[in-house]
Amino acid sequence: MKAAVIVFPGSNCDRDIIDVLGDVVGCSVTAIWHQDRSLQDAHLVILPGGFSFGDYLRCGAIARFSPIMESVISHALAGNPVLGICNGFQVLTECGLLPGTLMPNKSLRFICRDVHVRVENSATMFTTLFQKGQVLNLPIAHADGGYYAEEEVLKELELKNRVIFRYCSANGVLDEENNPNGARQHIAGIVNEEGNVLGMMPHPERHSEDVLGGSDGRWLFESLVANWQRMVTR
Amino acid sequence: MFLAVIAITLRKSILDPQGSMIAKSLRNLDFRVEDTRAGKHLELTFRASDENHARELLQEMCAKLLVNSVTEEYRIISLNAYED
Repeated sequence: MKAAVIVFPGSNCDRDIIDVLGDVVGCSVTAIWHQDRSLQDAHLVILPGGFSFGDYLRCGAIARFSPIMESVISHALAGNPVLGICNGFQVLTECGLLPGTLMPNKSLRFICRDVHVRVENSATMFTTLFQKGQVLNLPIAHADGGYYAEEEVLKELELKNRVIFRYCSANGVLDEENNPNGARQHIAGIVNEEGNVLGMMPHPERHSEDVLGGSDGRWLFESLVANWQRMVTR
Repeated sequence: MFLAVIAITLRKSILDPQGSMIAKSLRNLDFRVEDTRAGKHLELTFRASDENHARELLQEMCAKLLVNSVTEEYRIISLNAYED
């Protein structure tokens, strides 16, 4: 599987993802500068974490108008996988591929620590190798991560099983104590209606090797590869 | 040339933790502040053929980039023409 990682000025998780996809998962992976327009035949497109354009105006608001984004949007609308992690999630909401927005953390503090998230839907191309209800240990590192959307959008997300990850306790309980940023309905990750665009605040790429503290995140990338293999051999 | 000043704030229905923290801090200083809303202040200098056109452009800029209508609203504080 060929993957493209989009690099904006201020992206800082691009190298981690390239390392995981290339060396751990074994994909072919290219970094693409935000001013380019071609996705170079990549199947999977990743918008990495970081502080694109210094988070000026609003997180992701300026990156959303980078030249490459037109190709990313067409790629997504054609049903191909697009994954936005942290700042990438913010870019996806700003460009309208995902609904809602990410608000400042309820504590107003930048939070950088490991959290638990519960897999809510294992029937997406991103989560096939997880079990529904499985609790993952993943790092978060953000100041603006509280998912917010209007009531009717939240209802729609729930109704269509589009909430993929929720912040929870180590044994999978949803309580305020374990909702680090004040996200509505503990939402840590959602997909679009077609299920091919995932935005999530936690960083699966930072927990993809045990030597770096955990490997729960690796199975998200492995799920994408497994689904791609199934697709090409069909 | 036009100079527009706009204020962008979170919609009333949305909790503004920054504003609440500022209000709390003012109350700690014995100011009787009921509420504070924090936001952004932007000054934009641009060309437009007349005031109506300037307003239209401003609305377009807000809709396209400056304001996220999911959570924010904006007010035009002032819009003035000046000779350049």
